Amino acid sequence: MRDTFVKTLVDIAKKDKNVHLVTGDLGFGVLKPFWEQLPDQFTNAGIAEQNMISFAAGMAMEGKTVFAYSIGNFSTLRALEQIRNDCAYHNADVKVVCVGGGFAYGALGMSHHATEDLSVMRALPDVTVLAPGDSIEAEWATKAIYECKGTCYLRLGRGGEKRIHDKAGNFQIGKAVKIKDGERIVIFSTGAIFDEVSRACEILRKEGIDPALYTFPTVKPIDMQTIEECSRKFKLIVTVEEHNILGGFGSAVSEVVAELTGMKAKVLRIGLNDKYSSIVGSQKYLRDIYGMSAEKIAAKVFECQKDVL
Amino acid sequence: MTHISKGSHIGSILSVADIVAVLYNDIAFVNPKDPKMYDRDRIILSKGHAGAAIYIALAEKGFFGVEELKTHYADGSRLSGHVSHKGVPGVEFSTGSLGHGLSVAAGMAYAAKKDNRQHRVFVICGDGECDEGAVWEAALVANHYKLNNLITVIDHNKMQSLDFCENTISLSPFADKWKAFGWNVIDIDGHDHDALWAAFNKAKQSEDKPTVIIANTVKGKGISFMENNILWHYRYPHEGEEYDRAVAELKDQIPEGIFDMYESEAGKL
Repeated sequence: MRDTFVKTLVDIAKKDKNVHLVTGDLGFGVLKPFWEQLPDQFTNAGIAEQNMISFAAGMAMEGKTVFAYSIGNFSTLRALEQIRNDCAYHNADVKVVCVGGGFAYGALGMSHHATEDLSVMRALPDVTVLAPGDSIEAEWATKAIYECKGTCYLRLGRGGEKRIHDKAGNFQIGKAVKIKDGERIVIFSTGAIFDEVSRACEILRKEGIDPALYTFPTVKPIDMQTIEECSRKFKLIVTVEEHNILGGFGSAVSEVVAELTGMKAKVLRIGLNDKYSSIVGSQKYLRDIYGMSAEKIAAKVFECQKDVL
Repeated sequence: MTHISKGSHIGSILSVADIVAVLYNDIAFVNPKDPKMYDRDRIILSKGHAGAAIYIALAEKGFFGVEELKTHYADGSRLSGHVSHKGVPGVEFSTGSLGHGLSVAAGMAYAAKKDNRQHRVFVICGDGECDEGAVWEAALVANHYKLNNLITVIDHNKMQSLDFCENTISLSPFADKWKAFGWNVIDIDGHDHDALWAAFNKAKQSEDKPTVIIANTVKGKGISFMENNILWHYRYPHEGEEYDRAVAELKDQIPEGIFDMYESEAGKL
């Protein structure tokens, strides 16, 4: 996903000399194609993310479109006020990019796990929040935030994510993408956790349960229309995110459902249950430990659907 | 203005006033008829709490009428306590949280260099603000990228929120710190207009270094009972003796031949 991002950005930046990539001294082996081909449009701002984001805002005020790159929480939480005051308040054309949403950096430990970024970034007015689920969505998202003037946040996986789509469809910011129809239950997935979600669907199918499935590459603005329609059509909405269940994608969906009147679906939020990840292990291992592996997702859905028959 | 608004930070506004006056009047290329003029010089007040100083400079320059200054802090006003650009012609950037302005200015100066543009970027910081780590992150980057089009003025009034800087977090040796970070350092009396003028012009000659003008100032400058008194970081001049004495002292210092636009009905504060 991150390689797709860089490849796409190189293509964009070759055509638009005002596009600039700033890194907080990260991207070894990842950003090389960019800095080799477009050295004049690349800047290493050093290990100083607060300055990097304000610096990017300053460049954007002068007409640049600046992609500010780092990993984990460094481009977001570390520089949160700079994103709020200097970027978003000024509608600065800064694209904050994080590689490593969720447990992507697995055994490196909790400092490198971005598990609150969606909540925090979503809380900022005038910030568009995207979390693509595969390389096709990542390519689309990179182009989409380039074209969307103003401050955006792009949350990427590390790479090797399973394909969701064969080819790019008619994706739009703020629109969910239907992967398949189903009965009684619908699962909404955002970001790279889709791999686990799609396998969870296979497990459920063996149990005679066939949920509908959507991917949400945009977390903000959330696709209210799809949520509302699904809330009428299905008995149970399941949200899955590699992220704290507080304030993030599941919360965004719940907020929409809560304000609907009449018959509506119950919501089950699956994600990190308001914890820091203190156990050591790979992304796959941590997903299982914290209840987001295909098996754990399937088991939770199976339990919950009994109550909403 | 702070009397009508019951606003804070008059001490800081007075300490930075001469810097702002010289910058807007004699140095910076700005145009009230075209606030977004392409090749204008950029001015960022990083110590946003002294926003009144910028609003006054802009009003006196003609970006908007001086009568609007009366609305500072008022419900529905464009002029917030900490300087904000929204709807206010001439305000380059909004600040208020300390330690942002220098980084933003460095980004602006860097972009200008990338595009071979000739304007300069001025940023005014507080000395207490230099407690913020991001100031020094920006200082490193500005030096590394040889941003000689970036001029930082430190309103070095030696005081911060609760006490003198030296009693809070010592900045000494202050000029040496900037030198060690690779900057062109000019140390002056920040109330001496000739010295300010000379320093801004000297900064132009810096070939490959960003310039910092350490402007030694007095918090509450010009009003005897406010000078070097931390109370006036918060208190506004109250109706009666405080206000009358403050205004009388300032009026005594107006140089001969200077038109006082606040004596007109519209501008009367």
